[in-house]
Amino acid sequence: MDETDRRIVNALQGGFPVCDEPYAAVAATLGIGAGELIDRLRALLDRRVLSRFGPQYQVERMGGRFVLAALAVPEADFDRVTATVNAFDEVAHNYRREHRLNMWFVLATETAEQIPLIAGRIEAATGLPVYLFPKEREYFVELRLVA
Amino acid sequence: MPTRHAPILDATDRRLVRATQAGLPLVPRPYHAIADDLGLDVEEVKARFQRLLACGAIRRIGAVPNHYALGYEANGMSVWDVADDQVDALGEQVGRLDFVSHCYRRPRRLPDWPYNLFAMVHGRSRAEVEEKLAVIAGVIGPAARARDVLYSSRILKKTGLRLRP
Repeated sequence: MDETDRRIVNALQGGFPVCDEPYAAVAATLGIGAGELIDRLRALLDRRVLSRFGPQYQVERMGGRFVLAALAVPEADFDRVTATVNAFDEVAHNYRREHRLNMWFVLATETAEQIPLIAGRIEAATGLPVYLFPKEREYFVELRLVA
Repeated sequence: MPTRHAPILDATDRRLVRATQAGLPLVPRPYHAIADDLGLDVEEVKARFQRLLACGAIRRIGAVPNHYALGYEANGMSVWDVADDQVDALGEQVGRLDFVSHCYRRPRRLPDWPYNLFAMVHGRSRAEVEEKLAVIAGVIGPAARARDVLYSSRILKKTGLRLRP
């Protein structure tokens, strides 16, 4: 990742414009051409420096729910349970963490009623109890990392 | 705890969400490309994105960094057991620390899980995260009855929202 890539990563974490030629608009602020910005962005996505580029939907504002959930997975079963859990479309992110509760994932559903339903299906599929941690208050959310 | 009334997506909004939930097209005129794919007018597509941004259904349009690839190898979910009558005031203060990316109050799951305040901290090393945790501990003070930090050791999945067709 060179200096231009770093500037692109930093610039694109802000609001990308809604206009006819948004890449050209952002590229102009970086002193490069739209074609170069698009090529570099594609390469950053291919190399997984960026996980995604596009609208970040806030499912709760659309009537849906995001709920953090955790499992205590026996080590010997970890890969099998990972595959089982990840196969659910409603599982948006999943992280392995160092704790007795060693798998933490986010359920994203279109309605609140689906959360217990999907959690129940994951329990049935894995044979493990799902701990649900719905947010009760949001104090702050904004992940921006300086490249 | 939605603070605003959740807007109802109409059928066209849902088509827009499905067309872009994996990403925005990497072409010079991405909104035109979406409009062409969906048989919509580009002005309507742009207006709908503006509305979804204005009502918060889209938090922002932009890049989601992979923190490991950027050198932020230490990702600690710090969790704290804070007295119920103090957690909101202290949670607001913790959320204002510039290195905290997410900060929430969540229910305890007793007896297994006594923690009700979650604050996510990213750093280039665990030592850096530990320094930041010390700052959080200073903010919460004696109201923190117990604490722990759960480091992530692997991303197992990261796809974001997926609407069903």
